[in-house]
Amino acid sequence: MIETKGLRKSYPAKRGRTVVDAVRGIDLDVRAGEIFGFLGPNGAGKTTTLRMLATLIRPDGGAALIAGADLLADPAGVRRRIGYVAQGGGTADAVTGREELVLQARMYGSRKAEARQRAADAVEAFDLAEFADRPCSTYSGGQRRRIDIALGVIHAPEVLFLDEPTVGLDPVSRGQVWAEIRRLRTGGMTVVVTTHYLDEADALCDRVAIVDHGRVVVEGTPEALKREISGDVVLLGLAAGQAGPAADALRGQPSLHRLEPGEEGLRLYLDDGAAAIPQLLSVLNGAGIVPGTVQLQRPSLDDVFLARTGRSIEQS
Amino acid sequence: MKLARDTWLVLQRQVLLMWRTPIWIVVGITQPVFYLLLFAPLLKKVLAPMGATSYAEAYQIYVPGLLAVLCIFGGLYTGFSLLGELKAGIIERSRVTPVSRLALLLGRALREMLGLVVQAVIIMLVALPFGLRVEPLSLLLAFVLLALLALMASALSYGIALALPNDAAMAPVVNTVAQPIGLLSGVLLPLALAPVWLQEVAKWNPFYWAVEGMRALFSGHPGDRVVWQGLLIVVVMTTAAVFCSARLFSARIR
Repeated sequence: MIETKGLRKSYPAKRGRTVVDAVRGIDLDVRAGEIFGFLGPNGAGKTTTLRMLATLIRPDGGAALIAGADLLADPAGVRRRIGYVAQGGGTADAVTGREELVLQARMYGSRKAEARQRAADAVEAFDLAEFADRPCSTYSGGQRRRIDIALGVIHAPEVLFLDEPTVGLDPVSRGQVWAEIRRLRTGGMTVVVTTHYLDEADALCDRVAIVDHGRVVVEGTPEALKREISGDVVLLGLAAGQAGPAADALRGQPSLHRLEPGEEGLRLYLDDGAAAIPQLLSVLNGAGIVPGTVQLQRPSLDDVFLARTGRSIEQS
Repeated sequence: MKLARDTWLVLQRQVLLMWRTPIWIVVGITQPVFYLLLFAPLLKKVLAPMGATSYAEAYQIYVPGLLAVLCIFGGLYTGFSLLGELKAGIIERSRVTPVSRLALLLGRALREMLGLVVQAVIIMLVALPFGLRVEPLSLLLAFVLLALLALMASALSYGIALALPNDAAMAPVVNTVAQPIGLLSGVLLPLALAPVWLQEVAKWNPFYWAVEGMRALFSGHPGDRVVWQGLLIVVVMTTAAVFCSARLFSARIR
């Protein structure tokens, strides 16, 4: 549904002649009818990539085919086939949600009566009746977001782009937005979201591209990506200065794949964490080290990011 | 035609937004009326050297200038609303639709023009009791001129808003542009009162010709040379301003 090759974009830096490479060559293959996620820390180039695909910024190089339309040669054709919802939405305060829906349909070329019908259908489908006839200035964050998404798909596009769809939402609204996105996929739409929330990428997306410094670091289903980080993660809470000696003591343990310094101790990657813990503790005891805490975790997408980049998404 | 349809669509929405923000309308109406009621009475004596012996004659000289300044300055400040809409993501939401890019600009400029022309009509109505009378044909021509001035100033203002790298620079830049244009077009007092060197400088200001044309129309000389000169200059400048802003708009905001 979306194929990109070497998509690039750089910006002149504020002062001087240096150039900031926001996106350094992105190759993607998004399949029809899936929820595809760009996961990465702020500034990784997710939004720039999304805005390029939505025809809002012109790429410096590369190529993309979106729902059969060529991004560079036929941006108008792309616009007809896609919907885009910016992070900040884009409704005017003084008009109602329904008025915005009608206008949006008309901007996509519908005649007046057809636009009204489309707006009415959207109010029904997205369950907006409660607030659709109030001015947008009165909406809560969640209500605003639902209107934004309804606006983005008023013309029944084949592809929907959502930039950080749940930023700043309370957990209930967040769940509602997820449910809407899943409903759109069930209807056959391809949805591309950017997010820096690990749990969102994990729970919502069928496939994820982890992005860092303007490049795709790795791509796959959340399950497959996490499976790459074999086994479990054990977190050892250690007193200051003990991380080094503990790492030395543990190296060479047969069950241990990898070992990373964590926030307050060590992160150990092992095949079967629960079975390995007693052995690890006795090794540490032998070296005179007693961990303050021991935690057993399943690997998260952050562990994937950490393994690939040496940094944690939440810290970068 | 798609451009006309899309422009109409944008214009309708912009008018609705203006209508829903009544404070805007109140300010837009009271300001020029104050100018008319509180400033104009000073004029009879000041304008006496130009042959104004009655209020009606003083208003004939003053009101066309007031209307022109209203349209020029009102238009020049409209870029601020574009900045607001850019910030709110409203423009971006429109840009991902196949709506005509030129229509996004034209619809907004036409809304501004409409608002300013309505204000001008109100001023004309308030000036009626003071004895201001203008022939229908001259009045029509004068309003064509005013509408073009408003359109040009709005387009110019959008151009400034789009060209500036920083939103905060908008106010000082617009003020700096507006002040000499206003003073050198003799909007509040005719430049006929000015020393010769100032009159020579003013001749390079296209708005000066527009204001002179307006005055000729208001004093019942629609056949005067300055009328068609003013119209011609304003038509050319409006076309240029709209063209440049549209180019900037589609370059900055694809």
